[in-house]
Amino acid sequence: MDVVILSRLQFAVTSMFHFIFVPLTLGLSLMVAWMETRYLRTGNEQYLRMTKFWGKLFLINFALGVVTGITLEFQFGMNWAEYSRYVGDIFGAPLAIEATVAFFIESVFIGVWIFGWNKVSKRVHALSIWLVALATNLSALWILLANGWMQHPVGYVLRNGRAEMVDFLAMVTNPYGLLKFAHTLLGGYTVAAFFVLGISAYHLLKKNETDFFKRSFGMAAKFGLFSTLLLLLVGDFHVVEVAKTQPAKFAAMESVWETRTNVGFNVLLIPDAVNESNLYEKFCIPGMVSYLAFHTTDGEVKGLKSFPRDERPPVAPVFFSFRLMVALGLFFVLASLLAVVIATRGTLEANPLFLKLLLYSIPLPYIANQLGWIVAEVGRQPWIVYGVMKTSDGVSRSISVSQVLGSLIGFTLLYTLLGFIDIFLLVKFARKGPDNDLTSIIKPAGREV
Amino acid sequence: MELQITWFVLWGVLWGVYFMLDGFVLGVGILHNFLGRNEAEKRVLINTVGPVWDGNEVWLITAGGATFAAFPGTYALMFSYLYTPLLLLLFALIIRGVSFEFRGKMPGKWWKKGWDSAILLGSFLPALLFGVAFGNIFSGLPMDGAGYHGSFLSLLNPYGLLTGLLFLLLFVEHGALYISVKTVGDLRSRAHLLADSLWPFLLLAAAAFLVYTRYATKLYDNFFNLPFLLALPLAAVVALASIRLFSAQGKLLHAFAASSLTILLVVAIGVTGLFPNLIPSTLDPLSSLTIYNTSSSPYTLKIMTVVALVFVPVVIAYKIWVYRVFRGVVTAEEVLQDEQAY
Ligand code: HDD
Ligand code: HEM
Ligand code: HEM
Repeated sequence: MDVVILSRLQFAVTSMFHFIFVPLTLGLSLMVAWMETRYLRTGNEQYLRMTKFWGKLFLINFALGVVTGITLEFQFGMNWAEYSRYVGDIFGAPLAIEATVAFFIESVFIGVWIFGWNKVSKRVHALSIWLVALATNLSALWILLANGWMQHPVGYVLRNGRAEMVDFLAMVTNPYGLLKFAHTLLGGYTVAAFFVLGISAYHLLKKNETDFFKRSFGMAAKFGLFSTLLLLLVGDFHVVEVAKTQPAKFAAMESVWETRTNVGFNVLLIPDAVNESNLYEKFCIPGMVSYLAFHTTDGEVKGLKSFPRDERPPVAPVFFSFRLMVALGLFFVLASLLAVVIATRGTLEANPLFLKLLLYSIPLPYIANQLGWIVAEVGRQPWIVYGVMKTSDGVSRSISVSQVLGSLIGFTLLYTLLGFIDIFLLVKFARKGPDNDLTSIIKPAGREV
Repeated sequence: MELQITWFVLWGVLWGVYFMLDGFVLGVGILHNFLGRNEAEKRVLINTVGPVWDGNEVWLITAGGATFAAFPGTYALMFSYLYTPLLLLLFALIIRGVSFEFRGKMPGKWWKKGWDSAILLGSFLPALLFGVAFGNIFSGLPMDGAGYHGSFLSLLNPYGLLTGLLFLLLFVEHGALYISVKTVGDLRSRAHLLADSLWPFLLLAAAAFLVYTRYATKLYDNFFNLPFLLALPLAAVVALASIRLFSAQGKLLHAFAASSLTILLVVAIGVTGLFPNLIPSTLDPLSSLTIYNTSSSPYTLKIMTVVALVFVPVVIAYKIWVYRVFRGVVTAEEVLQDEQAY
């Protein structure tokens, strides 16, 4: 065990843990804002109850998203000092901008939203959750532009022993980063849609608060269909961008070893990195991989063999993660399409099996999100900044194995504990259902302005 | 050159504002177990900071982010050299944040007790650690061309610990005053009394700090070179004294303003003394991390300056608005009625 491996492991643990909570925050903030707006527009108290119920789950989840984020912000300096020094001129800026333009709005207006029911007008109250939603999405933009730069560095020169920014606009308009932004947001919306669908399905199965959960279900179904369709579309463009800028990653995603045109897509495939070939291939769709990469079947795909062994990412985790993510993506489209159909027909109760399926599908979008990050991050290895800096060169020089081992164990224990408590609370409040007591809710709900 | 100085000033301001704002949240977190005699009082105390704690913590994230963007060389070395204390700090802040949110979510007695201790630990530790870390930054770290030669234990030197104690007392005093402004009745008088009885100790620690700084650090060099700067420590002493004066007249909001100013001035003294270093080296002055040898390129600094000039005033504007929205006192009736309060 050396400092590099341990630091990588720690980064993976802490960032993937952060990303359990982030996607739900991205999507559910929007859904809650939509619910509160409907309340404002219609005056129907059912929407107010929805705002409160889903809002409570949102807040339990939000808390862990916030506290785990601080770790990541500090970790670049703590564990990746050489990296931070070498690319800080470029990479620090989006992080600082993220805090200044997004985190402040988010953290200030979440306070207004939680504590301000009687202190601000209804409009300002609804506005504050919209600002929270907007700011979470905006924060994702900056961190993903930063990550997009690591994937596809642009607008910089190597000078004074480091990478220096020469074109801020190029970083902000980096297609890799923007695609990442769109794709990750939509991935988060998918999590939120299936979260609401699944919990609503649970209560509908128990015939509990039917009107309340039918409305929730209907909104989530529409939101889900919209998000997953766009998600696939953006994912498709994302593949093209990866094939263009990181051919080694693309080759690993499809487990292509030889450089060829018209590469076929094997529905079943098991890669074999030792022998530089595939152990098993079955059901080939001709030309499909070339088509995915270049949107034309006679595009030439660079095989893994054309990269030196020490510049290839680990093939199996990248390949399987990508396959599973795409398969899940297709499932999500079908499931949300079906959900929209039965919700508009009003035949929810007539389909208990489908409702059950939705309940058990709650974890799937979470898994798809984690898989996506594995594709993106493991697939970029051995580079920390693609083509510019190796991961092993980025680690801090002054830290010791025992320090990082200690912190890794500490994070793992603390996060596991907090994760369990958070899930326990989410399940508890999700099962309990909305509060019946409207008195405490409707209470002088602010001055009319 | 000017941009580096601009960012140095901004760097100091960000840390100062962070300590001023999170200082009272940390103080309330340390005190809530002791001042709150029953569940209702404890909830009142937590809810006095409920709407604002996260927004205040973001100043820390911004200070970290600004260090990264403007002085990446310092960000890299400072954070990796201070690995262990930062790690403890992170754990503490994580625990504090979730405690606020989770504490009220279950009725059980042990549940609440557990989170109460977590809030105490998560507030006490940062208050102390920030002081220790900044004490060591003021006095410098043992680093040279070959790297860092200190350890976690070497940070716990007398000067570091004294600064830790100073920060702790400052934040507790600040928190007690905040409570006495934000609550009513018995709780308010207890907080007021506590602030008054703590004040002599704070004075003692501050005096010791100002004297010991002369021997443990080179901070005063800048002040002796430009004597008008001595106005800063002088103002700090006045601010510290006026805490007690205002408090004696029952002007608690003024006293709170004075403790805010004291915190800002303590940071200002340290930062002014450091200039142009961000972290001096105790081994070799050439290895000190300065605003010149660790800064970003002029291009990046220019962009960040534009961002800061446009957005920081906006942030300040809506923060003031929010403090106005929540300006009243927090009462037990109000908290018990509100099912969304902490
Ligand atoms: C796609 C979205 C996304 C990604 C990739 C990341 N984050 Fe995050 N982050 C969010 C989306 C987000 C969020 C949804 O905006 C959060 C979650 C809960 C919240 O308050 O904001 C958040 C919170 C959050 C906070 C706490 C803000 C507060 O106190 O209010 C910090 C400091 C960070 N993040 C920093 C990071 C860093 C350094 C990352 C990279 C390594 C990172 N995040 C990845
Ligand atoms: C929050 C979502 C993210 C997840 C789930 C994630 C996941 C991962 C994983 C699994 C690794 C380990 C790869 C390996 O060791 O082979 C990793 C490494 C890394 N990622 Fe990410 N990542 C995320 C976001 C980011 C972002 C936004 C950045 C940059 C801004 C980033 C920068 C890094 C760095 C510096 C490493 C360490 C070096 C390495 O081992 O690759 N990650 N991440
Ligand atoms: C047909 C479906 C999909 C395609 C073609 C696709 C494509 C991709 C590609 C190519 C990447 C790697 C980008 C990189 O290397 O930087 C990626 C990453 C990612 N995917 Fe997907 N994806 C699909 C479905 C999904 C689904 C269903 C989710 C979650 C609900 C998801 C979430 C993510 C996330 C979070 C990342 C990491 C961030 C990023 O790189 O954008 N994807 N996806």
